[in-house]
Amino acid sequence: MAKIIVVTSGKGGVGKTTTSASIGTGLAQRGHKTVIIDFDVGLRNLDLIMGCERRVVYDFVNVINGESNLKQTLIKDKRVDNLYILPASQTRDKDALSQEGVEKVLDELSEDFDFIVCDSPAGIERGAQMALYFADMAIVVTNPEVSSVRDSDRILGILQSKSRKAEKGEVVEEKLLVTRYNPERVEEGEMLSVEDVKEILAIELLGVIPESEAVLKASNQGSPVILDDESNSGKAYSDAVGRLFGEEIEHRFLEIEKKGFFKRLMGA
Amino acid sequence: MAKERLQIIVAHERNKREQPEYIEKMQQEILAVIRKYVEIDDEQVKVNLDNNDECSILELNVTLPE
Ligand SMILES: Nc1ncnc2c1ncn2[C@@H]1O[C@H](COP(=O)(O)OP(=O)(O)OP(=O)(O)O)[C@@H](O)[C@H]1O
Ligand SMILES: [Mg+2]
Repeated sequence: MAKIIVVTSGKGGVGKTTTSASIGTGLAQRGHKTVIIDFDVGLRNLDLIMGCERRVVYDFVNVINGESNLKQTLIKDKRVDNLYILPASQTRDKDALSQEGVEKVLDELSEDFDFIVCDSPAGIERGAQMALYFADMAIVVTNPEVSSVRDSDRILGILQSKSRKAEKGEVVEEKLLVTRYNPERVEEGEMLSVEDVKEILAIELLGVIPESEAVLKASNQGSPVILDDESNSGKAYSDAVGRLFGEEIEHRFLEIEKKGFFKRLMGA
Repeated sequence: MAKERLQIIVAHERNKREQPEYIEKMQQEILAVIRKYVEIDDEQVKVNLDNNDECSILELNVTLPE
């Protein structure tokens, strides 16, 4: 039985796909057979972030419609063992994913995988609800600003009322991941602090991913940022994966980095 | 500042989510009854259900025009 994790946010562009790619990769690095599913019908992006866009033959909707089987459709990652990607369809039909269809595919994947990571589309409507419906755990990706926090709270409301677990009277595990965190801007009062976000949403903090050039670089290279173990963002994602397994790891990169003499000299 | 505004709106939206679905319909019907006698705007009737451990309180707040 696989554990199903949805990466969701409500608001668009906050870092769901970046997170899905890195968390999925981190789970696989630890030896767990993992598949990342792109639920963003029509706006396929996960393949680019994972650097497998040229290897896409079939997609999620093809599998649902019986036009291809999972074996033909799953793309095996070339860098990390145990890691697979199920790309989204490019169809313009937003209703191409049916609940029964999604369930059938998840059931089949569940037999073979340890983790299924669902990269949700933006919004709180049908597409996002489909991505979170079957989840056992939700990673709620939030940027430290008002509209993102508000949308995260709305998504929490949906998780608590419209997910399969909720319908059965159970609860989806909820984890907060604050991304694009910039301590300088928090200091300036331009952004909310982690503490504020945590207090308002009142769910467990899985991690804080600092705003970093490394994320853009990684996506240009088609390599999830967690594989860049020199970068702060990569390290922060690794920490978050560790916490998923109950490791007690202190949160880092929350304070303004004091530039050392050498770094100043190098103009870094 | 941002934090306080956010706290208020989030609390408001959570409260709305937690209301049973019939509340909205009930609000409409109460509004219709009051309108038989006085002219009143939609926002002037507020219905809220507070669930406590011991009991539930149905709060009806009607602002009548001067
Ligand atoms: N920690 C970070 N530091 C800097 N840039 C980041 C960080 N996380 C994400 N980004 C950038 O933010 C943009 C949006 O990221 P991403 O595509 O992961 O968001 P998304 O939530 O999946 O968006 P959508 O809602 O459109 O699916 C990208 O350009 C990405 O490079
Ligand atoms: Mg995305």
